[in-house]
Amino acid sequence: MAEVIVVTSGKGGVGKTTTTANIGAALAADGKSVVLIDADIGLRNLDVVMGLENRIVYDLVQVVEGICRPKQALIRDKRYDNLNLLAAAQTKDKNAVSPEQMVKLVGSLADDYDYIIIDCPAGIEQGFQNAIAAAHRAIVVATPEVSSVRDADRIVGLLEAANIKDIRLVLNRIRPDLTRRGEMLTLEDVTDVLAISVLGVVPDDETIVMTTNRGEVAVAESGSKAGAAFRNIAQRIVNENVPMLQIDLEEGFFKRMKKKFSKKG
Amino acid sequence: MGLFGFRKQKSGAIAKDRLQLVLFQDRMNTSPEMLEMLKSDIIKVIASYIDIDEDELDISIGGNTDTGEEGPALMANIPIKGWKRR
Repeated sequence: MAEVIVVTSGKGGVGKTTTTANIGAALAADGKSVVLIDADIGLRNLDVVMGLENRIVYDLVQVVEGICRPKQALIRDKRYDNLNLLAAAQTKDKNAVSPEQMVKLVGSLADDYDYIIIDCPAGIEQGFQNAIAAAHRAIVVATPEVSSVRDADRIVGLLEAANIKDIRLVLNRIRPDLTRRGEMLTLEDVTDVLAISVLGVVPDDETIVMTTNRGEVAVAESGSKAGAAFRNIAQRIVNENVPMLQIDLEEGFFKRMKKKFSKKG
Repeated sequence: MGLFGFRKQKSGAIAKDRLQLVLFQDRMNTSPEMLEMLKSDIIKVIASYIDIDEDELDISIGGNTDTGEEGPALMANIPIKGWKRR
């Protein structure tokens, strides 16, 4: 039976889709069979982030309407054979699917895969209700900003009300330089106010922009710090006992200078 | 102070204070108006026992740093002029 995880945030633009793609790819690289479902009907993005936008034949709404079977609509990833995407419909709206239909769809795939990860749309309306309907656990993505954490708090309340008990935080786009100077909310600040456990932290990393530009994932880049963070998060999804990757807050100007001087000396 | 002047508090700490306050209001389903009503009710109750300096009093919600407990605390600083005889 697949474990069904919804990736959500409330606020838009905090990295839900990037998180979904990277965790999915990392799980697939680890040998797990994975289906990613883009639940953002009308504003689909996961296909573009994964570089699969030219391969879509069927979408989520067509599956739900019975035009094709769920497996016919799955698009295999370019890099990882055991990673599959079910794209959202671009021309329909969020009311084209009901929570009951999502539960049925996920149920029909659950026997054949290890993980089903659902990319939730921003907001708390119908699309959110659809995305969480079939989920066993939730990953709440937030960035270290007041607005994002506030929305995350609201989402946690709604997930708890929907009886999803395993809710974990991914704090995305941490800037170690700003954190070190006290000019950014820290992980501790966020966990002080959000009473949920932390799945992982992801540094703000330009390799995310570069890989996404190419339609690839950062976890496939060995040198990407964000990629390493997402690989760690995937490991922690599989095994809770894997320690969390710490972001090095010392890696600043002075440390770099120190390294330079010690090399010369 | 301006962006390039001296500041007492780093923006990260300011963000945390604002976050705590906004979450408190969200969770209590209250608005700033309700906080004002709460303040005026507290003043009313205390003022019936104690002669307080209403101009100098300060009631706010902030981090509960003194007790070390988690979550925000309602903090009141109420200067007393004297006890009322009952």
